[in-house]
Amino acid sequence: MNEHPFMLAGAQLSALGSGALWWRDQSLLCVSDLHLGKSERIARRGGGQVPPYDTRDTLTRLGADIALTNARTVICLGDSFDDLAAARALPEEERLWIAQLQAGRRWVWIEGNHDPGPIDLGGTHIAELPIAPLTFRHIAQRKTSGEVSGHYHPKARLSLRGRSISRPAFLYDIDRVILPAYGTYTGGLRSHDAALDTLMRPEAHAILTGAVPTCIPMPR
Amino acid sequence: MRALPPDFTDWFTTKGWSIHPHQQAMLDRADAPALLLIAPTGGGKTLAGFLPTLVDLAQGDHDGLHTLYISPLKALAADIKRNLTTPVTEMGLPIRIEDRTGDTPASRKRRQRADPPHILLTTPESLALLTSYEDAPRMFSGLKRVVVDEIHALAESKRGDQLMLALSRLQAMCPDLKRVGLSATVEDPQAIARQLARHPDPCEILLADPGPAPDISMLTTEEAPPWSGGGAAYAIPAVLAEVRKHKTTLIFHNTRAQAEIFFHNLWLANDDALPIGIHHGSLDRVQRERVEGAMVRGDLRAIVCTGSLDLGIDWGDVDLVIQIGAPKNVKRLVQRIGRANHRYNAPSKALLVPANRFEVVECVAALDAVLAGELDGDPRGPGPRDVLCQHILIAAAAGPFDADALYGQVTTVGAYAALSRAQFDACLDFCATGGYALRAYDKWKRLVLRPDGQWQLRDPRSARDIRMNIGTIQDTDTLKVRLKRNRGGKPLGEIEEGFAATLTPGDTFLIGGQIVRYEGLREMTVEVSRNAAKKPKIATFMGTKFATSTQLSARVVEMFQQDSWPDLPPHTSDWLGLQRKYSQLPRPGRLLIESFPHDGREQTVVYGFAGRNGQQTLGLLLTKRMEEMGLDPLGFVATDYATLIWGLDAVQDPAPLFDLDALKDGLDTWLAGNAVMKRTFRASATIAGLIQRNTPSARKTGRQATFSSDILYDTLQKYDPDHLMLDITRQEALRGLVDFGRIEEMARRVKGRIDHLRLRRVSPLSAPMFLEMGRVPVKGAAEERLLAEEAARLMEQSGLSQITPAASGTPRWRAGH
Repeated sequence: MNEHPFMLAGAQLSALGSGALWWRDQSLLCVSDLHLGKSERIARRGGGQVPPYDTRDTLTRLGADIALTNARTVICLGDSFDDLAAARALPEEERLWIAQLQAGRRWVWIEGNHDPGPIDLGGTHIAELPIAPLTFRHIAQRKTSGEVSGHYHPKARLSLRGRSISRPAFLYDIDRVILPAYGTYTGGLRSHDAALDTLMRPEAHAILTGAVPTCIPMPR
Repeated sequence: MRALPPDFTDWFTTKGWSIHPHQQAMLDRADAPALLLIAPTGGGKTLAGFLPTLVDLAQGDHDGLHTLYISPLKALAADIKRNLTTPVTEMGLPIRIEDRTGDTPASRKRRQRADPPHILLTTPESLALLTSYEDAPRMFSGLKRVVVDEIHALAESKRGDQLMLALSRLQAMCPDLKRVGLSATVEDPQAIARQLARHPDPCEILLADPGPAPDISMLTTEEAPPWSGGGAAYAIPAVLAEVRKHKTTLIFHNTRAQAEIFFHNLWLANDDALPIGIHHGSLDRVQRERVEGAMVRGDLRAIVCTGSLDLGIDWGDVDLVIQIGAPKNVKRLVQRIGRANHRYNAPSKALLVPANRFEVVECVAALDAVLAGELDGDPRGPGPRDVLCQHILIAAAAGPFDADALYGQVTTVGAYAALSRAQFDACLDFCATGGYALRAYDKWKRLVLRPDGQWQLRDPRSARDIRMNIGTIQDTDTLKVRLKRNRGGKPLGEIEEGFAATLTPGDTFLIGGQIVRYEGLREMTVEVSRNAAKKPKIATFMGTKFATSTQLSARVVEMFQQDSWPDLPPHTSDWLGLQRKYSQLPRPGRLLIESFPHDGREQTVVYGFAGRNGQQTLGLLLTKRMEEMGLDPLGFVATDYATLIWGLDAVQDPAPLFDLDALKDGLDTWLAGNAVMKRTFRASATIAGLIQRNTPSARKTGRQATFSSDILYDTLQKYDPDHLMLDITRQEALRGLVDFGRIEEMARRVKGRIDHLRLRRVSPLSAPMFLEMGRVPVKGAAEERLLAEEAARLMEQSGLSQITPAASGTPRWRAGH
């Protein structure tokens, strides 16, 4: 599998090139910030009619990761929907698609700042979920350990002989891992940003997503 | 002949002037529906355009807006206001003149809409904005004339298309509107006349006396120009000597980067401390204005500049124009030469400075073309549809509209005369629903059809967004550069975001003629400190490179056919002689290809003369074909005239490589994932209103919420490949940066007549190509490889590699699984 292994609080985790986190011992797949329904929300708020194919693209990629890992548990780490109205406005076809992905496995929706309330889709809705030794929540908290979170859409930038590569990235240190955004219509926050800089320990790493997930010292 | 009223005759007399023949001719034809005046700079062109207006308004019986003046530059509008106010005040005419640009205060703008002046001076963007208001018909009622200044500059860009679309709406409001265009010398006045006039109205063209022929020559130096490069550093002493001999010299460069480097070197050699300034579009506005002011006052002996000084502003007493680097385009050269010597009957003086050996040939060819009066240029093709989409949205912002009527107006614009109703409807559908195969936005349409058959905005508040998005100028994402101080240091200018991204603290680069050290990025501002280094570590930011025009390339090939080259300096004619001896010179109507081993690789040089962008595209397509044919190409480099490809195996028979249909097939697949397409998509999608213009404040607060337009492009390619925006993008890219038209032109010219020479070693003509910058590796996995190498290096350097598991390979802990 196309993965980069690392340890967090004694758990063996793998960063997948797609941006998903894979915990093999628990058969658990975790993705963050899907932002399903983003194009609908942009149009609803008068921000232009961007190509309405983001939800199906995100679900296609998620389906591929689920098929690859055959995960028993899937955790969506918050901001799974661009807002609650977008969740409610999801077309029937895409609801069925989600239901198919959920069939035969445990599915957890962690609440995020974009989707703070319950939604009428299958699966468990919960603010945060502890699975020892880890805790899954949307926004990282200070002074914790074994924390898996999302929210910031981290990306890392690297200069290579005059060209610059910028990609969504996992950030991890001995306390936590922050997942990149998995949704198709998502941008990123550079690892240089103060919010990430102060959150992560000096020896933190960034794992760039892509064909081969690549680990570097977190650029600051 | 229409006589000038007595006030005017008196005024001319007190000035000691008499009316120019073309000014009289303009007055005589004041009732023509459209009129194009072609006159050299300094020929009283602006007064000629305004004379009928002034005479008409002098009677004092006109209320409201009479004449609209449109210029491509804000600064020009302000300049003209000054120049017009003088005769109006001196003759005591009852005429109110005001300008309106992005810099005009909001309070005055509001007042202008309620109580417009007689003459309003503005830009295409400000005009488009005015037509987007509900009260536009009231403001423009009574409008008699439109004067489009420097129309040749507008005619080459989407700004001109937008302007003409706006005029089509004004014409519908004021059917008797007269159109006047003022232009510098151009190759095809008919084409501009067609753009200016309401289709299919005729448009008379008046040619003013072009004045004496310019005094133009090539600078010859003791030292021979280098084999490659664009800096022309060798010519610095000679250029300084010329500056000393003249009052004010303009030193034009083709790119901002070259201007910066040249200016830096010029200062290092400027032992007499002559006052010399620099002026280009990336400099901070305050800095530019300071240079402009110093220039008008005559404080500067020379200004190193780029196209930002191309247009017709009166810059004072310039008596010499120097062009560094081959001009690439004869028309631009002539217009630049026109900057010197504003006296109507004195010849302009200009010097060409070739930057390398090949440019010597190109400069001589350009000189011949100027003397022969042959200008160049490519026909523009049909009106761009992204601009049309914006026009439809602007119409909607102004109020409900009828699709048939709007289509009728649009087709009165020359560039859109052939637009089919189906094409128009596709644009309308895009504006209304997004135009996707998946009908997703029924609830959130932008435009809705009312029961009475008129289209209107679903949400009237969206008019504000449409107005904020008006315009067709593509601003690249740039970051401001400031000196690092406690509370915001002096602004120096702007650099491209892509360039900023490659900087690490400590890197030095040139901006505004000084070397600065990159300190860091703070809230989207690049902070730098002054640095005393002699040489910047990183050359400088990018900048567009012009491609040599088709006509100038053809002249160069013609020159190659001469038996000897008495016009060329010996160092260059000897070089061409050697090429003839050891290989052959390219011939018209044939394609020369050389193959030879060099540097342990098999080299192939294709002399396509298709311009830099065309040769670059050719390189990409040929290497792709070579890969399919198992020739293992490794990389290529392109210049304006040739592409050099290196690989593991020699090309034995190049003919199959040049099958145009096969090349075109390759183009389609290659284009889809190409960065040029993505860049073009972003520009067109912004113009068409699919994505909002990137305002600085939005970028600051947008943070992780905004995503790049590349994602939209990829998504469309994947799920809706026939979408209108992709069709528009493809068309724009092909005639823009990809320049496939030049490759087709080459294929037509050559028609399979290929001269393939197998040589034992490098040919003289190809030798400089081995020194060219911008070598493109052929790769797919290369980015991943570079990334892996860099990651390993960084991990090693940081000491982290000892305490983390290996970055790839099977981890040990999986063994028991």
